[in-house]
Amino acid sequence: MDHHQIETPRWKSYQLLLMARLKEMYREPEVIFWVFIFPILLALGLGIAFRNKPADVSRVVVVAGPEAAQAMDLLHQPAVAAAVHADQLPAAEALNQFRLGKYDLVVTPHAGGFEYLYDPARPESVLARSTTDDALQVAAGRKDRIPTSARISSEPGARYIDFLIPGLLGMNLMNSGMWGIGFALVDLRQRKLLKRFVASPMRRGDFLLALASSRLVLMLIELVLLLGFGALVFHMRVVGTWFSILVISSLGALCFGGIGLLTASRAQKIETVSGLINLVMMPMWILSGVFFSYERFPAILHPLIKALPLTALNDALRAAILEGAPLTHQGGRLLVMCLWGVISYLLAVRWFRWT
Amino acid sequence: MSSHAHRISGMILPMTVAVQCRALRKTYEGNVEAVRGLDLEIIAGECFGLLGPNGAGKTTTIEILEGLLEPTSGEVEILGNNWKTQNRKIRELLGVSLQETRLAEKLTVRETLELFASFYLRPRSIEAVMAQLALTEKSEAFVGQLSGGQKQRLAVATALVADPKILFLDEPTTGLDPQSRRQLWEVIREFQKNGGTIVLTTHYMDEAERLCDRLAVIDHGLTIASGSPAELIERLGGHHMVEFDATGMVASDLDPWRALPSVEAVHEEDGRVVLSVREPHETIPALLAAIEVRGGRLLHLTTRQASLEDVFVHLTGRHLREE
Repeated sequence: MDHHQIETPRWKSYQLLLMARLKEMYREPEVIFWVFIFPILLALGLGIAFRNKPADVSRVVVVAGPEAAQAMDLLHQPAVAAAVHADQLPAAEALNQFRLGKYDLVVTPHAGGFEYLYDPARPESVLARSTTDDALQVAAGRKDRIPTSARISSEPGARYIDFLIPGLLGMNLMNSGMWGIGFALVDLRQRKLLKRFVASPMRRGDFLLALASSRLVLMLIELVLLLGFGALVFHMRVVGTWFSILVISSLGALCFGGIGLLTASRAQKIETVSGLINLVMMPMWILSGVFFSYERFPAILHPLIKALPLTALNDALRAAILEGAPLTHQGGRLLVMCLWGVISYLLAVRWFRWT
Repeated sequence: MSSHAHRISGMILPMTVAVQCRALRKTYEGNVEAVRGLDLEIIAGECFGLLGPNGAGKTTTIEILEGLLEPTSGEVEILGNNWKTQNRKIRELLGVSLQETRLAEKLTVRETLELFASFYLRPRSIEAVMAQLALTEKSEAFVGQLSGGQKQRLAVATALVADPKILFLDEPTTGLDPQSRRQLWEVIREFQKNGGTIVLTTHYMDEAERLCDRLAVIDHGLTIASGSPAELIERLGGHHMVEFDATGMVASDLDPWRALPSVEAVHEEDGRVVLSVREPHETIPALLAAIEVRGGRLLHLTTRQASLEDVFVHLTGRHLREE
């Protein structure tokens, strides 16, 4: 018979297992879309929607009446017109348009003054009231007692897109860790491929190591793509060192790989594990400050939110990317990720079913 | 390694036991007893079949032998090794094809075999295995593009690439077309010719008859008969089956036919009478005469060689393929 004379090298099966994972992934077009294209589209869409625009002109409607002409004159003065756009309408029509959101403020002139109708719950309405009042007072001859001046700040680093991209990176590492490990394993189990593997002398450690390595390779691509996209399209500035960003991302990828392994340890069907994965990820999408800061939640919840692995990852990524925080200042966050990863991994190995 | 002395035609030949299990039991959660005390002794170099209907406990048994399931009680030895202490060593000696494994669709045939080969210390050459299983032409095709027969051949290839001493095949030809089945039978025979041991499960009696040197007929988790296909048929009494239908008789009244010369056993099947017969040339004339005496007319008469199916029907009163 045709025997090979050479023994199989120690790490060959690890290499081939890793290659198999990567090949299976890049040969599946929808995986490429969800892992690489989708986060970039999300960044692009949100970046455009919440881009920093020049301050809006307040839209004001003046209720038609005998005093309206004087009000319109004041509001049409060049110094005022830059900040306020004013129209004149009959009372009923003016109120109706205000309610529909076409105007931010209704100005009703009466003998010797104006009455403002505004909605304190609408920021643009509050702004319109204050801008219009200032403009009218200055136009009518008010003198300010303290001289003030202002400078404008919308530097890269403090914009919404700068906040968003590290958050998307964190979310992406979570998504692909949970799906790339959790879903992939249950799929293998359902296909009886895991059982087929362990029917051979394959080292189980090599298999898990290959799985983890495939996550790190993908993490690298996700990282370069998203940060590169932010830098090229939105002129985002990466302040921190690549080393610290790499360490944090790797830790995040492995942490969610461990949690993915845990969700996959028993499930026999991909439907079951899909539900589990979504159950685990849903709270973190909302709480962990991907799209908006968790500072908006009541302060009593903050310690709980900060204990979530995605919060730790997002906070660490933002601190490193936007502020250049060194790793030594991020010990707490790194520890949170390590704990989640290690505990999940240990439980998973205990409960894992290969067959 | 446990050796036995078997006496064959006056010579004493040492025989190696490849697979042995004693008092094997497997009870699943919910007290389903899949295997209820099974003893097997499979000799190196033979092709051994576990024959039985679906749900008889064949897959549970073979997966315990393959070290994939823990038996509730009982012992398994593979070439003298114990699963608990020599797991990795045993795995190097086995080639396994499970029932319905769906291999990765987006890997090619070659990549799949390279991967499985890398798990073994001294695998066979992939080229040779692909040639043996007529997969060379498909070596660069994705697994997802293969036909059912090709996929099954690839599954067997992943077992053969191990260069195993023992090949375990769970329902290797279920769902395959006749040509693919014959192709696989060829491969199995070739493996045996080169000194390999085969353990397979099947619910096809023709497969068992053609391939297996010895069989264990399994039903409800127990061996109900074992031996070579010829021995099992021999034990039935008659080698031939005579099946007939005639007017002027009641099919369920079997007594008149039992008395005919050379008849060993009688049963009724689908309104016809089936006789197990040693010598058809003695039985048939007497049968025709008996029908004529009763004023009946023969509607149907066939004779055939007895098969394992008849053995199974004789032992259980049911057919192998019945649900």
